[in-house]
Amino acid sequence: MTPTGAAIRARDLTKTYMDVRALVGLSFSVEAGTVFGLLGPNGAGKSTTVKILTTLTRPDSGQASVAGVDVLASPDRVRRAIGLVAQRSGVDLEGTGRENLTLQGQVYGLRGAELRTRVGELLERFGLAEAADRVARGYSGGMQRRLDIAMGLIHRPRVLFLDEPTTGLDPEVRADMWAEIAHLSGSEGLTILLTTHYLEEADRLADRLAIVDHGRIVAEGTPNELKGELRGDAIQVELNDSQADGQAHTALHRVPGIWEVTVEGRSLRARTDDGSAAVPAVLQALEAGGVRVASVTIARPSLDDVYLRHTGRSLQKTEEHV
Amino acid sequence: MSTTLTHSWFMTMRHLRNLARQPWWIAITLVQPIIWLLLFGAVFKATADIPGFAADSYVDFLTPGIVVMTAAFAGGWAGMGVIEDLNRGVIDRFLVSPVRRQALITGRLVQLAIVSLIQSLIVIGLGLLVGARFPGGLAGLAVLIGCSALLGGSLSALSNGMALLARKEETVIAASNFILLPLTFLSSAFMQRDLVPGWIQSVARYNPVEWTVQAGREALTASPDWGLVLSRAALLAALCVACTWLATRAFRAYQHSI
Repeated sequence: MTPTGAAIRARDLTKTYMDVRALVGLSFSVEAGTVFGLLGPNGAGKSTTVKILTTLTRPDSGQASVAGVDVLASPDRVRRAIGLVAQRSGVDLEGTGRENLTLQGQVYGLRGAELRTRVGELLERFGLAEAADRVARGYSGGMQRRLDIAMGLIHRPRVLFLDEPTTGLDPEVRADMWAEIAHLSGSEGLTILLTTHYLEEADRLADRLAIVDHGRIVAEGTPNELKGELRGDAIQVELNDSQADGQAHTALHRVPGIWEVTVEGRSLRARTDDGSAAVPAVLQALEAGGVRVASVTIARPSLDDVYLRHTGRSLQKTEEHV
Repeated sequence: MSTTLTHSWFMTMRHLRNLARQPWWIAITLVQPIIWLLLFGAVFKATADIPGFAADSYVDFLTPGIVVMTAAFAGGWAGMGVIEDLNRGVIDRFLVSPVRRQALITGRLVQLAIVSLIQSLIVIGLGLLVGARFPGGLAGLAVLIGCSALLGGSLSALSNGMALLARKEETVIAASNFILLPLTFLSSAFMQRDLVPGWIQSVARYNPVEWTVQAGREALTASPDWGLVLSRAALLAALCVACTWLATRAFRAYQHSI
């Protein structure tokens, strides 16, 4: 395989569960050797996409290939080329770290000394050497996650799927995980597909990312490209009174040089060319409209703004309601 | 084929190793058939006095019944292990690997056969200790144990398949409870065949538990009717293959639903 070219290609994937439409024509492709992020809230269709690409389930329609192999026509060949670190782990808690890795290696056809060396190597690399012969039930969340990743790598896959790899981990452990994933992406020409609902995670780790909403991709690009689509600064105003959102909206619309005004509960967001210059006018307009303001912040465009722009909702807010 | 066998062996080893780490499970599994033998033996002791009851003592008659019952129950509950693996994501991890689907079923089936072999030996040993005699000797005991393992394996495959379809602990528990006891009592495990009502005799003809009891008990007599024994053993072997096939198919249904 040439170093450039698509390691993952998905075209018009659709999938419906009972009457829930999980995917409605999802397409994207991932360049070999890069990290690609699928960003979106729970239920957006990220996990379904991963399940289809890893041969766990089949789409109702559409095509997909991974590592140059058609997922629907040759699932067995795809399985040999991929590693999966699933959202729900996959560690056998009754087995030790070493036993888990050994069985995983055996399933991929590794045997004898080669298998033992590879297992030892991975235990060492993921900081599990000391705990190798303890039953995984006693591992911390971070250790179990590292064991998951080690198991996903045992057969040196060309494409690694990380489905919400840091969900449920402590912030410190999450930071360690990020370092680990960043390190992986640099090595062995591995292609990584990462799904996440953490903006920061996508921003840090992904070379390119796609925003998934209601079963389709609504925006795609490098994190900087996506942020660059947004002109100017973001102004966020927190109101004292959630009843006042209508008045606030009307008041802000009258201020010149302000656009994309959105209101969600007590939170008002808008865009402007120069945030610091616009603040006095914004406050004045709100005061004249009889709206009491709790705080005003100005920020450079973030992925959350990108998300808001493309889905009409803020990702953080969406998460709170899930 | 050889890959399937190798993978089945890896899975069997995993299940046996995990069981060996649960001392309480081992204790209960070994003690339970003993309790059944002693309890049923005491409660139904007077059965041997019923006119027309052929065996010399009830314990002669009961011991093979308990061996079969133990295997049936162990098999029927096997689906609980699948549920646990499903909940932990272990099954999904195997399904995206090149592991043979069949090995995921046969691994559990072989583990069950090994456990039920040990249980059978314990029950038989205890039966001998409390005075049971088996004129059929070692050959007869081997038939009893082998057929029981086939029965346990069939029920375990069914139970695993059901667990994959239902994916809920409660469903597996309810179904096992619903099926296992009636299946056991609709056979001659505890009572001589011609002493139970006619309708039970008719139903029992189609009951795999009855096939196992018949084969085992016949093989343990002084001069067994080997034709009967072989026909029942063949039925059980066919059942085991069919159930394994069904359970393997259940993976497709499971994958379709996720």
